[in-house]
This record gives sequence, C-alpha cells and structure tokens, in this order.
Amino acid sequence: MVWPNNPAGAGCRAGPYRRHIVFVSEILSEKTGGRMSDTQTAAKSGFILPRFDKLGVLIAVIALGGVLLPFMIFRANRIVLGEPRMIFEALATPEALVLALLLAAGMVIALLRFRAGLKLAASLIILIALFVLVGRSAYFLTPPDDNFARISPGAGFWLLVFAFALLAADALTRLRLKPWPRIGILALVALAFGILLATGSLNGVSTLKEYATRADRFWSEAQTHVLLAFGSVLIATIVGVPVGIISFRLPKLRAALLNVLNIVQTIPSIALFGLLIAPLAWIAATVPGASLIGISGIGVAPALVALFAYSLLPVVSNTIVGLQSVPEAANDAAKGMGMTGAQRMGWIELPLAFPVILTGIRIVLVQNIGLTTIAALIGGGGFGVFIFQGISQTAMDLVLLGAVPTVVLAFAAAVVLDAFVEMTSTGKPQ
Amino acid sequence: MRPGIIVRLIAFAVLLTFLIAPDLFEPFFGMLTKNGQPAIYNQGSLLDLTLNHLAIVFAATFAATLIAVSLAILVTRPFGVEFLPLSRSLANIGQTFPPVAVLALAVPVLGFGTAPTLVALFLYGLLPIFENTLTGLVNLPGTVAEAAKGVGMTWAQRLFKIELPLALPVILAGVRLSTVISLATATIGSTVAARTLGEVIIAGLTSNNTAFVLQGGLIVGVLAVLIYDSLAALERWLMARTGQAKRAAA
Repeated sequence: MVWPNNPAGAGCRAGPYRRHIVFVSEILSEKTGGRMSDTQTAAKSGFILPRFDKLGVLIAVIALGGVLLPFMIFRANRIVLGEPRMIFEALATPEALVLALLLAAGMVIALLRFRAGLKLAASLIILIALFVLVGRSAYFLTPPDDNFARISPGAGFWLLVFAFALLAADALTRLRLKPWPRIGILALVALAFGILLATGSLNGVSTLKEYATRADRFWSEAQTHVLLAFGSVLIATIVGVPVGIISFRLPKLRAALLNVLNIVQTIPSIALFGLLIAPLAWIAATVPGASLIGISGIGVAPALVALFAYSLLPVVSNTIVGLQSVPEAANDAAKGMGMTGAQRMGWIELPLAFPVILTGIRIVLVQNIGLTTIAALIGGGGFGVFIFQGISQTAMDLVLLGAVPTVVLAFAAAVVLDAFVEMTSTGKPQ
Repeated sequence: MRPGIIVRLIAFAVLLTFLIAPDLFEPFFGMLTKNGQPAIYNQGSLLDLTLNHLAIVFAATFAATLIAVSLAILVTRPFGVEFLPLSRSLANIGQTFPPVAVLALAVPVLGFGTAPTLVALFLYGLLPIFENTLTGLVNLPGTVAEAAKGVGMTWAQRLFKIELPLALPVILAGVRLSTVISLATATIGSTVAARTLGEVIIAGLTSNNTAFVLQGGLIVGVLAVLIYDSLAALERWLMARTGQAKRAAA
C-alpha cells in the first residue's frame, strides 16, 4: 500500500527520486525569487483589483460564508439531530459583538495589502478568539443542570477557522521564517491550546464531553499510538540506513531489494495488518519465549511489523538517493587526502546525504502517524479506536476525539522535521 | 524488458481467471482456512466488487486530475501567481491528514456508502497531481518558453501547444501516484460501507479467515502493480515522443 501522506516519497519505483527532485527544485525556485514582490504583482494585474490582495478576497468570501452558516449546533442528547445556532444566538450579546468586530477587522486586514507579520498576528488572535468563544458558547447554550445536551461547533465555525488558518498559512509562507522561529510559532500555538484545554474553558464542547467519560482510555491509546508510530520509524531507521548503504555499494542487490519493497507498498494496509496475524500467532505459539516478550497474533505486534514494513522503502531509497547525490568532487578530495572507504562513508558521504535521509524519515513518520489509526481494526490500539467506535455508533464527536489528535500529531511532526531537514541542508553546495 | 512484460501478462491472466472463476483457486486458498471456513469470498461476486472498486478509483482520480491541473495552471499564470506560495504549502499540509480521518469526517455530511469514499479519494488524489503539475509547469526549460514567445504565440497557444505537452509526462507521474494511492485507500472505504474490495479483507478480519484477507489484498496489490507499470510505460513513451528522454534519465 502506498500511503497518501507523502505520495511522492512513499511511492513506488523512482518515487523517492522524484521527491528529491521536487524538493531541490522547490528550494531553487524559492531562492531565486520564485515569488514576485507585492508591488510587482499589483502593478502587473493592477487594472483588475487595484489595492486588494486577491487571496484576501477569497479569504473574506469564505469568512463571510462562515458568518452566514450556523456557528454552533445544539442537540438535546448525544444522538438526536442538531439545531443550528447563529453567532448572535450562540453567544451572550457582548461576546457576540466582540466576535463580530474581530471578524470584520480580520476580513479588512485580509483584504488590504498589509505586511505579512500583521496578517499573521491578526489571524492568530482571531483563531484563538474563535476557540475561546466556542468554549464560552458551549456553556451559554447548555441548559442549567443538563448533562445530556451536546453542543458542538457548526459548519460556520469550521469555515471561519479554515479562512483564518489560510490567512495564517499564507502569512507564514510569505515571511519565509527560519527553522527555529517556525518551531517557536508551533510551540506557542500548542501552548495556547494547551492552556485552553487545561483551564477547562472548552470542557462544555461535545468532543471534550466524550473525552471526559474516557480520559484514561484516551491517554493509554495516545501512548500506544505514539509508541507504534515512532517505534516503527525508529526500527526502520536502524535497519533501513545500513541496508541502504550496503545496497548503494551493490547495484544488483539494490534493484532486487527496491522491487520487493515496492511490492510491499502496494499491499493495502488493512490486508497487510491482517496477513501478519497468522504468522505472528504461529511464532507466539511455537517459538519459546516469544509470547513472553509480547508477540501475539493480534494487537501491537502485527501493527508494529506492518508499519515497519511500510517504512522501509522510503528510508532505504532515500539513503541510496542521498548517497548518490554526494558530489563527486567531495569524494575525490577525500580520496586525495588518503581517507579509507569507511572513513569517507562516515565523514563525507553520510553527513552530506543526511538531509535526504532525514526527508525519508519525515515522510515515513508522518505516514505512520496516519497509518497507525488502521491498527485499531486488528486490536492494535491507538487513536483509531475512537475513530472506528465513532463510525460504528455514528457519533461524530467520538470520531473527532480520535481524528483531531492524529492530525495534530502528524502536522506537528511534519513541521518539526521539515525544520530539521532545512537546518541540516544549509551550507550544502547547490 | 521482455521477461518483465511476460510476467505481467501472466499476472493479469491469473487475476482475470481468479475474478471470473474464483472456485478454481479453492484448493490454494483452502490451505489457509481452518474449521471448514469458506475458502473463497461468498458474500458477493469478486468481479463485481473489483469493478466497483476500479470505478470509484477511476471517477475520483479523473475528477482530481481535472481540478488539480486547472488549479496548477491558474497559480502559474500571472493572475494567480499570488496564490502560488500558499497553494504549495497547502498541498504539503494536506498530505499530513490521515485518510481514515478524512473518510470518517465526510460521513456526517454525506452519509454512509460510496459518497464519502469518493470525496476522500478525490481530495487525496488532488495533492500529488497538483504538486507534479506545478513542478512540470515551473521547471520547463526557459529557452523553450522564450522561443514560443519569440514566434508570437499567444498565452493560450503557449499553454496548450508548448507547456502542457512538455509537462505531460510529469503530470502523468502525479496521476499514477494518485491512482495507486487511491486503489489502496479505497479498501478503507469499506469501513464506511462503500462496496470495494476492502469488504473482502474486513470480512476476513472479523471472521478470522486468512484466505479472505489474502485474496482481497492480492487482488488490490496485483491491480496496483499492473496499473502502475502501464502508466509508467505510457510516461516513458511520452517522454521519448517529446524528446525528454535524457531529462528523465538524469
């Protein structure tokens, strides 16, 4: 199976090669001024929209749609159909006024050509305000002493979040921050949401009510999820990098190995998880001591093995591509200094190939964080447990309880590892 | 090259035989069952499921190709250049969403069945095609564009006669990735009651029948390899036809 999180890298024959090409070309096109300055762009298309930011127009339209759709959904209990509540019905009047003013200001800032830093600040303030007010609204809408009512954010809220997240993403792209500031902003946003959750200001929202009844389970599944996703990538790195180095030296082995790993990637994940049940059950039953260290047909073991199998291709092939892209001159210079083959590998080739290898690790980590949700189908645990429970009970709040942490985890991993890749690539000759 | 083609033709023939007359393979799959479980999927025709699976993947990929290529063209024209950096980051961010989550979240809007699967596959398919089309259009040799301008071509002529044909192999590579991803992801659609080959696998998982899991997985895997290889061959042919064979090899 090929996992969509990074199709190019997780792809098949020649996939990682392409990923590498795209990666380098992105850097090149950005460094050589891929983007025109705002004034240039404005001058070019000035006769259509003189002073407006075109993306801002799109954002304002989406945000307007968000204002016109229900902000919250009220349900008398967990399974009945919801009733829509607009902004002024969902909040006490002063708070609704504050939100309306903030949104209007945000739309104006999006529409006009302000500096990217200001746009970023505005969008972050509005996003945090939206989440704070959703929490307030949940308390406002819950009838006193009612434990059955479920208040969840409506389509309007999600559209507003989408609109201003777009604004934030665009501002961040334009600012072209260095790796550390990017990680810093991620940490700040995480901290803000951490405070929101810790102070209980969102506790009235339906998804958190689902959480409240199964908090222990949530954290144990979270642990399993992280263990499976990170553990499988760790093992794949420990195994895959040496295998990549060896097959870089032996072209015949390389072709055969990449073919086999490619075919593994085409097996759908559910099937691979399922197919490992039988052999692992057999090992647990016949190999002495195997069941003592936790190997069994269902549960964590087949999930870990399957995730490891999917991770191997990107790690191995990125190691090979990275080693292939080491400049000949660097190797020649090292040879001239009298370095042995092993010294060159350790001191020259591996360090130069490192960013590409790290890109491979980034690809599999993000991919595996998503894939781990499937492990729930074979009793492997993880956030997928809540997603599939939610699907079978048509309880969307429960689905969100599993889906949101997975997305957040994958997104954070992508931001952090992308930053690391960039840090290690700087100073590399182009 | 020759033996490769023969192996693939044999694989295709075996797959076709299995889909039309699955009972012929009963002795093989029978080895994997225990306690008299059925060896061949018996809750529907495998051929039907396969065709349905392919139809969903084809429809989603077709729609995704149309939209993704149009969007990529839009953001590489002067009018849309403001959207270029953002659309790049969005394509990147979008790929961090796990498909199960997309699938599950589409259910309240679209109900159970084929619709949420189609939407999830469509959204997922967009990203690789968009990324590749962008790469294809941005990385054209500058001299070609200059020459086209020099001979007085309008922007539409340049787009349809020069840029798109030259970018076609790279675009097709994106379509290929997206198709293979969708083929595998569609199996997950069965958890929200879409009629795909995932049904066979899930039936195997719930009844603890390895034969079902294996046949479902094998059909999807073989289909993926065959489709992947034929699209790759088409790309090589296009590369050779547009004289880009050397660029591709580099």
